[in-house]
Amino acid sequence: MAVIPKFVGARIKRREDPRLISGTATYVDDVRLPDTLTAVVLRSPHPHARINSIDVAAARSAPGVVAVLTGEDLKGKVGGIPCVAPAEHIPFHPLLAQGKVRFVGESVAVVVASDAYLAQDAADLIDVDYDPLDAVSDPEKALADGAPILHEEFGANLATRALIPNPAVDEAIAKADRVIKFRIVNQRLAPVPMETRGVLAQWHQASGQLTLWTSTQIPHLLRSALAAVLSLPENRVRVIAPEVGGGFGAKLNFYREEALVAYLSRMLGRPVKWIERRRENLATTTHGRDQITYLEVPVKNDGTVLALKAKFICDMGAYLQLLTPAIPGFSGLMMTGCYKIPAMSFEQVMVFTNKMATDAYRGAGRPEAAYIAERTMDMVAAELGLDPVEVRRRNFIPKEAFPYATCAGLVYDSGDYNAALNKALEIVDYPKMRAEQAEALKHGRYIGIGIASYVEICGIGPSAMLPPKVPGWESATVRMEPDSRITVLTGISPHGQGQETTFAQMAADAFGVDIDDVAVVHGDTAIVQYGVGTFGSRGLSVGGTAVMMSVGKLQEKLKKIASTMMEAPPDQLTFTNRTVALKSDAAKAIPLQAVVDAAYGWKMPIPGMEPGLDATSVFEPTGCTFPFGTHIAVVEIDPDTGVVTFLRYVAVDDCGNIISPLLVAGQVHGGIAQGIAQALYEEVVYDENGQLVTATLMDYAAPRARMLPHYELAHTVTPSPLNPMGVKGVGEAGTIGSTPCMVNAVLDALKPLGVRHIDMPLRPEKLWRAFKDAKKA
Amino acid sequence: MRVNLTINGQPRGDEIEPRLLLVHYLREVAGLTGTHVGCETTLCGACTVLLDGKAVKSCTVLAAQADGASVTTVEGLAKDGKFHPIQEGFWEEHGLQCGYCTPGMMMAAVDLLNRTTNPGEDEIRHALEGNLCRCTGYQHIIKAVQYAAEKMRATAGR
Repeated sequence: MAVIPKFVGARIKRREDPRLISGTATYVDDVRLPDTLTAVVLRSPHPHARINSIDVAAARSAPGVVAVLTGEDLKGKVGGIPCVAPAEHIPFHPLLAQGKVRFVGESVAVVVASDAYLAQDAADLIDVDYDPLDAVSDPEKALADGAPILHEEFGANLATRALIPNPAVDEAIAKADRVIKFRIVNQRLAPVPMETRGVLAQWHQASGQLTLWTSTQIPHLLRSALAAVLSLPENRVRVIAPEVGGGFGAKLNFYREEALVAYLSRMLGRPVKWIERRRENLATTTHGRDQITYLEVPVKNDGTVLALKAKFICDMGAYLQLLTPAIPGFSGLMMTGCYKIPAMSFEQVMVFTNKMATDAYRGAGRPEAAYIAERTMDMVAAELGLDPVEVRRRNFIPKEAFPYATCAGLVYDSGDYNAALNKALEIVDYPKMRAEQAEALKHGRYIGIGIASYVEICGIGPSAMLPPKVPGWESATVRMEPDSRITVLTGISPHGQGQETTFAQMAADAFGVDIDDVAVVHGDTAIVQYGVGTFGSRGLSVGGTAVMMSVGKLQEKLKKIASTMMEAPPDQLTFTNRTVALKSDAAKAIPLQAVVDAAYGWKMPIPGMEPGLDATSVFEPTGCTFPFGTHIAVVEIDPDTGVVTFLRYVAVDDCGNIISPLLVAGQVHGGIAQGIAQALYEEVVYDENGQLVTATLMDYAAPRARMLPHYELAHTVTPSPLNPMGVKGVGEAGTIGSTPCMVNAVLDALKPLGVRHIDMPLRPEKLWRAFKDAKKA
Repeated sequence: MRVNLTINGQPRGDEIEPRLLLVHYLREVAGLTGTHVGCETTLCGACTVLLDGKAVKSCTVLAAQADGASVTTVEGLAKDGKFHPIQEGFWEEHGLQCGYCTPGMMMAAVDLLNRTTNPGEDEIRHALEGNLCRCTGYQHIIKAVQYAAEKMRATAGR
């Protein structure tokens, strides 16, 4: 298009914000229906126990109580929670425990009452007779002979195994100058969206229809799963994701309570609401990460990495949620990072433990991979006495090599890793910073400089890469209304990412209208065509492409009509300033409204043309996008307290072309915050008996404003060839780059002590010990 | 028992259970759902409101304790159809993403701006320590507060 974009690429304030800052947005708990009942779930205090009996008599007769159900009441009446990822052993996943509980927080009974206070009072009256069993929380111990077995029918705690063998890796190990071996842990994290989960179900008895409001990232996929569990036709189930207060992967799922509350509404003929409490959120919303990795890295003395061999122990938790066993795959496939490592192999052992299930959490497998790749580079540098920058440069995939087929079988779309690294080094003035670091050390000050050059996989992707029922495509309908205003209906389900703004920018420019003329609609299966959802940084690259495909179809139709009205060939026309104009002479134009009037059939100039301006498209990507970048952190550690002080945090990210710079900055900031949180603060802790220790926000260290640095952002721009906007995705990049960056910085500061590695989170106590131990030695 | 209080300038009185929390009173009785519940334990700040002008976590205040008091919620920030400078700041500086922490975050910021007119970055980070945000990484929130401070200074100076 010859027209210069007005909105795309500009700093646009979000269209979503007025309702959010005025307190008028409607989250699930804000939906008000008359006669709504409230459900409270009674949960297991035991990590592993047999249920002998449950006495609900007192609860049933308590004030305000309408119903009390246990697992026995649901037997044979409702299905279980599905896992769509392939696995050798998929246990039955009941809505309420049957016979046994397998993790702290597992739902045992549900009370429905006229309000939440009375429901809780009644839940406290339920008497469950448990026979506690030995529990196992350490996935390596869970694999040992004699370990307590969670699901007896499988005979062991192995859920499934993934194996990518490659004899070239062992050959590389045999002929290498050195082989570096180490073990690293990506600890278990809690996603902690500020809005917990919440569900409101309304059964319409007369029509046999169900409406479910739920805080989800995937309304359509959830509708399919819900309909299956309740044996309802999909066209009788409507799922609405109203305002959603953050998801981070934790709401890319289908939970027990979503099915349970729907079941209760159908049973009772009244609306039923359940709002998760924070304590429940920390115990029963999916966790992320929890992978142990043993690495063998054959290298040449010049720092060239010859291969990567990994064994992963992946903690699944007690049951498999929607995608639980699929997440570690990305860690294996992406662990060679930005590097032209010729061979890799891995084995992944996925294990049941007496803990909540893991599943996607911001990055979902790729933060673990970047952590492996970037810790490897620093380990190689430390082992060989080389600068970490040099080791990365020596191993980078050169920019001429794109599209690049990795040894894991992925095709990286585009990249220029040196450019991002160089820009970051320039911003921090790397040589000067190293000199300052050396000078500071002379005065007993421990400064560390950490580098991480990451690449991640986004815009997933060809549906064949994903499990059945979670496809990789995305849909969009674009409608030009009779008054020439535009409605975009997208299959993604944004919950803070801001696509109501981004898609409006794109559509407004494409049709030469104002951004206020575009409305973006999402999150209601009765209004929006079947879609997939928001996860994996796919909103713009996949969902946005579907929007642009529909935009293109409407443009074509409008141009065809306008060409007869203007007596000019369609390819000579463009949209500008609410007109359809000649590209060569913008003065020769007709109002857009006149063309729209014609299209709706009121003055249709093309006989036989289908009236209306409505186009639906589905974009099935042919490949994935691979955003990348370099983050550099400079920190100082107080040897007396182990406290980390941030001196600089520089992030150079390449997410391809940028549609909305303000929103990209927001995504990067938030991502960095969560990544630093993994590096320094957060850890879901279960004690060795399986008891959850971090069950409140007092114990789980989600970072506050003073615990995070000031971020300095910059970008390089390497467009993706895989979509018309040339975008790559940016929702998870910050998280993926920042964790290894911060760990590398802290460990760089500890280098004078001879410390090579400490597992995350690098809390002051661990660092203080490192100084103390060094002093002793 | 009965409580009588003023919410966003409007007096009201209700019969309530003594154990009713202020946040549930605001949301369920007064119908003001802009104040959110994030943790029920005073740790996240999503439920922050002003009680007689000072920021409190309404999830750990009983409605009964607000008897005779004046409460300001997010719904009471805008005046005459115009956003409060803190609301403008959050919008202008992209200080929110999912929006769930935002009402409480803004109320805590208003409390700060009532005490000081030109807070520095450290001061803002300190003042917002009781409020968790999981989306923004806080930097744009700090800019939002600075934007509001500047706007309020300019208005006061006029």
